[in-house]
Amino acid sequence: MIYLRLFWEFFKTGLFAVGGGMATIPFLYDISDKTGWFTHTQLADMIAVGESTPGPIGVNMATYVGFTTAGIPGGIIATLGIVTPSVIIILIIARMLKQFRQNRYVDAAFYGLRPCSVALIAAAGVLVLKVSLLNIDLYAATKAIGDLFRWKCIALAAALLAATWLVPKIKKLHPIFLILASAAVGILFSFAGV
Amino acid sequence: MPGQKEKKKREKNIFWQLFITFAKVGVMTFGGGYAMIPILEREVVDNRHWATGEELMDYYAVGQCTPGVIAVNTATFIGYKQAGNWGGITATAGVIFPSLVIILIIASALTAFADNPYVKNAFAGIRVCVCVLVFNAVIRLWKNAVQDRIQLAMFLAVFLLSVFLDLSPVLFVLCSAALGILVRQWKERPAK
Repeated sequence: MIYLRLFWEFFKTGLFAVGGGMATIPFLYDISDKTGWFTHTQLADMIAVGESTPGPIGVNMATYVGFTTAGIPGGIIATLGIVTPSVIIILIIARMLKQFRQNRYVDAAFYGLRPCSVALIAAAGVLVLKVSLLNIDLYAATKAIGDLFRWKCIALAAALLAATWLVPKIKKLHPIFLILASAAVGILFSFAGV
Repeated sequence: MPGQKEKKKREKNIFWQLFITFAKVGVMTFGGGYAMIPILEREVVDNRHWATGEELMDYYAVGQCTPGVIAVNTATFIGYKQAGNWGGITATAGVIFPSLVIILIIASALTAFADNPYVKNAFAGIRVCVCVLVFNAVIRLWKNAVQDRIQLAMFLAVFLLSVFLDLSPVLFVLCSAALGILVRQWKERPAK
């Protein structure tokens, strides 16, 4: 029963992903590894769409992944799965907001959760890097070290990093503009080689 | 009794208002997280008077440090305050509704054009951008998350273990929360 499994996987994501949109990404990679419903490359594309369409990123990701896995009902079920734990937890906390914010155990738990959440996102970033900047299939076939790197992509990554860090105006720009610019560069220089 | 009737009408309306207001917030939130605050302030504080600016920041702070999508957590809070459990559920339904519709349309379109060479090249470029965006997000979050040596050690441990071993992120989350509590207890132990 794929719908039940889909709901359960996203329920877990909603229950354990602390710190908003990006925090769901390591869980989605874990789902990809465990179930094979979608590839790492597909997931990187879905992150781009989730970031450049309206709505919370976590919800967008759930809808997209659910749709890729099991069509329109899949998209709806995955989204319900990711929000259900939130709704239950918040409805409980809303009754005792003050005690929750001042609880020393909650505070101490977050002392540990914050570095964990960033580390998980960074580790997911390594997986994005593998499908975007490296060409592991080609390297495995030719064994030539120069074939491991997608040089055009690395040049674009360096340009984007420099632009977002050195030009304050670009740093403040919404990600969608960077995504659109990258898409244009990808088409102009045929990044996928087709 | 007209008073009773008025009240019933108003009660019915509150659910509709919650749904519409949060659907608006969902459409206008572009990129999630911090982008949502000014929109929530305008819709919830200025237009509807459902919460004060201060209450909103409280909800947002708790929404950030509870599991799940921050926008959903905040919507549930405000909905609950206006109309109880069903209010919370209605506000959440509102905030996710636009995402569902928009993503399902885009996803169907992209699936149909997945083999188009333009789409393929575009996404090869976009993936590079995603890589940079994730990197920048890590740098941004780092300042709040890693403030002392213990947190740095925890960051490195979780990062290396999750890159090199095939472990579930659930495990890391549970262990880090427990470790956070243990470290605090140890730090605040009474001096002999």
